[in-house]
Amino acid sequence: MTTTHRTTDRLAALLRPGRSRALAGFALAAVVLFAVAPLLLSPFRLSLLAKFLCLAMVAVGIGLAWGRGGLLTLGQGVYFGLGAYLMAMHLKLADAGPGGVPDFMSLYGTGEVPWWWEPLRSPVATILLIALVPALLAGLLGWAVFTRRVRGAYFAILSQALAAAFAILLIGQQQTTGGTNGLNGFRAFFGYDLTDPVNQRMLYLVAAGALLAMVLVARQLMVSRFGELLVAVRDGEDRVRFLGYDPALVKTVAYVVAAVMAAVGGALFVPVVGIISPADVGVVPSIGFLVGVAIGGRATLLGPVLGSIAVSWAQTSISEQFPSGWIYFQGALFIGVVAFLPGGLASLVRRRRRRSAARSAPPAPVTQTEGSTP
Amino acid sequence: MRLRTHAGTRSLGVLSIAALAVTALTACGAQVDAAGADPSAGTADSCVDTSGDTVRIGFLNSLSGTMAISEQTVHDSLQLAAAEINADGGVLGKQLEVVTEDGQSEPTVFAEKATKLITSDCVAAVFGGWTSASRKAMLPVFESNDSLLFYPVQYEGLEASPNIFYTGATTNQQIVPALDYLAEQGVESLFLVGSDYVFPRTANKIINAYAEAHGIEVLGEEYAPLGHTDFSTIVNKVRSADADAVFNTLNGDSNVAFFKEYSNAGLAADEMPVLSVSIAEEEIGGIGVENVEGQLTAWNYYQTVDTPENAAFVEAFKAEYGEDRVTSDPMEAAYDSLHLWKGMVEKAGSFAVADVQEAADGVSFDAPEGTVTVDGDNHHIAKTALIGRIGADGLIHTEWSSDGPIEPDPFLEGYDWADGLS
Repeated sequence: MTTTHRTTDRLAALLRPGRSRALAGFALAAVVLFAVAPLLLSPFRLSLLAKFLCLAMVAVGIGLAWGRGGLLTLGQGVYFGLGAYLMAMHLKLADAGPGGVPDFMSLYGTGEVPWWWEPLRSPVATILLIALVPALLAGLLGWAVFTRRVRGAYFAILSQALAAAFAILLIGQQQTTGGTNGLNGFRAFFGYDLTDPVNQRMLYLVAAGALLAMVLVARQLMVSRFGELLVAVRDGEDRVRFLGYDPALVKTVAYVVAAVMAAVGGALFVPVVGIISPADVGVVPSIGFLVGVAIGGRATLLGPVLGSIAVSWAQTSISEQFPSGWIYFQGALFIGVVAFLPGGLASLVRRRRRRSAARSAPPAPVTQTEGSTP
Repeated sequence: MRLRTHAGTRSLGVLSIAALAVTALTACGAQVDAAGADPSAGTADSCVDTSGDTVRIGFLNSLSGTMAISEQTVHDSLQLAAAEINADGGVLGKQLEVVTEDGQSEPTVFAEKATKLITSDCVAAVFGGWTSASRKAMLPVFESNDSLLFYPVQYEGLEASPNIFYTGATTNQQIVPALDYLAEQGVESLFLVGSDYVFPRTANKIINAYAEAHGIEVLGEEYAPLGHTDFSTIVNKVRSADADAVFNTLNGDSNVAFFKEYSNAGLAADEMPVLSVSIAEEEIGGIGVENVEGQLTAWNYYQTVDTPENAAFVEAFKAEYGEDRVTSDPMEAAYDSLHLWKGMVEKAGSFAVADVQEAADGVSFDAPEGTVTVDGDNHHIAKTALIGRIGADGLIHTEWSSDGPIEPDPFLEGYDWADGLS
């Protein structure tokens, strides 16, 4: 059981001298996102990138919960959807004006706003609820599940079932949730006209800022004492328990953080894309969130973000080039990565770095510990 | 384990967030007033290039995902229409250059690809969409970019966007005539079965209102999730309710399971007919002719319609895509949509959206289903309603037809019993 020590030691070794490198990387990302992208991309491509950034926010959380904590969450669509629907409900109510009724409710429903929509008339309450509702749900669920020591595949199945149930619930309540159509046709975002390209750019900048902030939070958590505990729980939960820590608490915190990140991603997704429907929150999109994380490298800081953006980008550009055959390319890419690079693309970088390190200092031990637990 | 501090990263974080706040504040555009009205405020200038010998149009159908099986047929039919128009000299002398995008059966992708077609490919019009969710997702895109969408599928009505032309039936051209037919046949009680989404629920709302006004009793209303395949419970309820007829708004795979269960339960078309509004020629093969033979459907077109235009259409389609292929209502409506757009553009003498909208009223086309005419007010088209019976040959044969084309009435304003529905 020396692997835990080795992982944490190597992590510490990697991160301390690497802090300046991390800072440089962060600054570079900020320059690319805030200056280069808005200059180079057309308004359409920029808002497409904004959509990818929103999906990448979910990936940051999954990287933390799955890559670091070993929690294979197949149901992040639930938290993404909660954030998205809360935001969408607010936008619908704001469009309808004070005391107004959203258009779809008068078309398909009773023409009355249900009581649980009412708090969302307030912008402040909406923002608070977007963070609180997913945090509360994830906290309750996580605590209930992790204290009963449900883990591994059982937790994965449970989280996936939750996503399926959530989508079915939304579809069934057409009069109050818009059913399969979802919520769409928003005109304004906190008073700003959504058809104005300038406001679309503002939304992009907000999304870019939020993503960078999340990466920062994830990094702080990873290098903190909590992050070390999280990895320790992943690699040897019983040992952590014997040392006097409560693994359930550690896992719950990671799960809640991932949920809130997904919810914020969802909340920004709505004004950027202009629609949220059950097709974006069910089982398939929930698994889709994981794909980018797995391809990028789930246990690294930037792997999930870059992987998620790359997968979204590839999906869009390949499907534009080959509208009738793109899905085969995507399938081949996934199979290739899973078969040859199970640690994700980030493991390529690490492998090369290790090889050059091994050349300069031959006796460095190379043990594959990360990625041992899904 | 050591506790570390990270003053470096933290100050950088604070700095970047401050920078973000400043950028965001300076980057704000137009605000809307609190009421947030004015949905038609198109801010984008059109980039459609009509200076050359060609003009671009976009086809946006799901070529992957659950809807691909249906939407691929519409795509084929659109390609056929484009080839025919090009062979015939194009539109206003310009050849059509088709840009194809895959909607992937996902509303968000439809919105994304529609934006791409309008703003990057600069197409003059987009043809496609199938599910209500995909249309609702694209509607704001077409309105805010002031572009045109031609939507080829029968739908639940209650919509009329200046930027969409609806070439499939609205409710008063499909569901209402179907009810008229059933009432004429002496049906006094109905059982409603549907998939759980917006079209069946809206259709059933209309059916309930119609039934109440016409003394028809609705004995039950059951919904199954899309893709649901266990119908033993629902069919049991249908049998014990013993209605005169079943009105079926199930969509997709569910029909296979429903009709198999229906015939297994010993229910037959001559005793308790099922009238379906989402089963066309294309779906009959999948369900199995033996399970649906003798059942009723309501559409505006069948492959068996006896017009010279239809004979030519079916022949051209089979020549292009194979002898075993069939033609169906949405395919025909899509085929019509491209020809109607051509008619509008040539009447306007311009590809500009405003000119096309202006010229749309009264444009007609001798379609395979018979002559169809555009209503300039609500952008739907006048169509003849046809009730058909599924034959042993897997095709649908017209049993009853409305007296000529029915004027579109998407909000059912011309029907007293429909007051308060919209």
